[in-house]
Amino acid sequence: MKVAYWPGCVSRGFTPELHGSMAAVAPMLDLELVELDRACCTGAGVIAEHNQELADTLNARTFALAQQVQGADLMMNICSTCQGAQSECQERLDANTEYRTHVNGTLAAEGLSYEKGLTNKNLLWLLVEEIGLENLKKKVKRPLTNLRVGPFYGCYIVRPTDRLGIDDEHPRDHYLHWVIDALGGTVVDYAGVHKCCGFPIITMSKQVSLKQAGTHLADAQDAEADCLVVPCPLCHLNLDMQQPLAAKAVGRELAMPVLHLPQLLGLALGLDPKQLGMSKHVVKPTSVIDWSSAVVGAPVSA
Amino acid sequence: MAEYTLKLRRYDPQSGEAPYYEEYQVDLEPHRSVLEAILQVKAEQDGSVGIRCSCRAAICGSCGVRINGKAGLACHTHLDRAAKTGVNADGKTILVEPMGNMPVIKDLIVDMDAVHWKKIQRVTPWLLAKEPVPEREYVVPHENMVDVTQTMACIQCGACVSDCLSMEVDPLFVGPAAAAKAYRFVGDPRDAQHFERLKDLAEDPHGIYDCTHCFNCIEACPKGVAPMSQIMRLRRISGNDHHIVDRNNGERHERTIVGLIRDYGLLHEAEMLPRSYGGYSWLAKFHPAAGAELLDSLPVITRALLRRKVTPGKVIFGHRIPKADLKAVQAIYDKVESKDRRYELNLYISGYEDDDADDAATPVAVASGADGMSSVPGPDPHQPTSASESESA
Repeated sequence: MKVAYWPGCVSRGFTPELHGSMAAVAPMLDLELVELDRACCTGAGVIAEHNQELADTLNARTFALAQQVQGADLMMNICSTCQGAQSECQERLDANTEYRTHVNGTLAAEGLSYEKGLTNKNLLWLLVEEIGLENLKKKVKRPLTNLRVGPFYGCYIVRPTDRLGIDDEHPRDHYLHWVIDALGGTVVDYAGVHKCCGFPIITMSKQVSLKQAGTHLADAQDAEADCLVVPCPLCHLNLDMQQPLAAKAVGRELAMPVLHLPQLLGLALGLDPKQLGMSKHVVKPTSVIDWSSAVVGAPVSA
Repeated sequence: MAEYTLKLRRYDPQSGEAPYYEEYQVDLEPHRSVLEAILQVKAEQDGSVGIRCSCRAAICGSCGVRINGKAGLACHTHLDRAAKTGVNADGKTILVEPMGNMPVIKDLIVDMDAVHWKKIQRVTPWLLAKEPVPEREYVVPHENMVDVTQTMACIQCGACVSDCLSMEVDPLFVGPAAAAKAYRFVGDPRDAQHFERLKDLAEDPHGIYDCTHCFNCIEACPKGVAPMSQIMRLRRISGNDHHIVDRNNGERHERTIVGLIRDYGLLHEAEMLPRSYGGYSWLAKFHPAAGAELLDSLPVITRALLRRKVTPGKVIFGHRIPKADLKAVQAIYDKVESKDRRYELNLYISGYEDDDADDAATPVAVASGADGMSSVPGPDPHQPTSASESESA
């Protein structure tokens, strides 16, 4: 399947391992990624906080670029925050023709126009709704047997449920549980699964931010998770990069590896931790690497 | 009729016993409410269950509880719906607990005075009238009053306070309900102290910049008040219209992200921290506040460099989109930001086209300038005209 691919900023900046691991697993998932390298940052909710029309126009530009990708079925992102920020803008643009026309008026200078009704999915949603869990299971070469994985969704792809299309038919706030399970791992439930990593206020209320990250990491550690998995690079920054400081903020010793979703997929699809950029994490994913080298030697069931 | 299992969290601080969970079987129609089930338990099985309620029609805001871990009104939640999202896979068990972030008085009753009402009082929840007070009524533009109706819909149930994730780690955070109440007056053109209200909430380390943007309050609110959106509007008006540069880096953080995207098209992460502390300039990293912060983050920075997560080149130069595209992005900035007033579409007020195709054609443009009154949207050649106003009237 061909998708207009929005990687976001951070996957190409401070979490290069996310962009790299996505590129590595895409062919294994039969995904053709057409990168939207002309598009700008979604604003992560902050541009919308500053000026709603500016955020809506910049994101409408991205949507318009995605709609120009020949043969693409939909647009895909690998960042919860991008998904949330884009969904917010798209909700306004799709809800009101006059407003959309007004925004398109600004885009006309560049010859672009956004047509209502773009489908934009986070990789997590795409895995379940487009690729399918049964199909995914068939591709697994190294099931995550005995790997205890704690899901961490990130606020922006679980709330608000109405805007994000979460309902009985699409319980998207449970998909990460399903994917871990489909890959053969053990889902570890802990208090922080749907909570906030604290990243949005890291520069404004640092201790509160770090306490949020530290609390969830400690909860996952207490629930004996081997690692967490996140579909959001901003969560990754607070949970992994800031983990040494988060540990101090909550007065706990923390050593919780945090994997990006494509990294977890890659492991199960048979790639090595190094190919997935795991050496780039601040908290070494030792438990995961030990686990993978232990199972590499073992007979592979697929 | 259908059978449900109510799993209630029981706790009486005066008993000296620890909290515990007790299960009750109830037999009620699926469309009846969780509150009706609790009241049936109380009437027929166990009169000692503590629950606060009054109107049973989602108007009084008394029966806020946590149902399956999420805050809401017990009277406004159907049993079948609650059972479906229940904690057990059996599809009939409903977990009911007292709201969070507030001390429990007994069972499902929390101390609203200790937290919720204290915070509401914190924001001066009354009109500080502009002088001179007119002899008769104030004449206020319709648009401005429509704009604050969203926050006026609040029924003070405390559901948003219960689930606020910033308050969970920082009990001093002003919180979603009080912040929404603050917007009710900051958005009101009759109020004389917009600046003072905003300055107070921007400078408070537990004020508007302590909100972590988690959407929990939007999700919890049974009345569509969207407290987090109101907090974002307070920030917008504080920084953009009143130019309040706060000690919490709130205004600088916003300016940094908006500015970096304008200059690079993408977020230059390495510049985010220094500029949020030191101001929007390449030299910010030499500002004492930024320096102290960079020093504090040194262990993290060193590790990120050692692990090649971040390369020196990326730290210095960042990454950017192609030149032609950056120009196009900057042209959008120029066009949108040069307008006299911001253009906002509030879907709470305008509605969704698909829901009500005849009625929702007009975006509601609202802007507020430094002195609310004068900024009332007037005819603007750049904006779509509000043609349907007469249609809907």
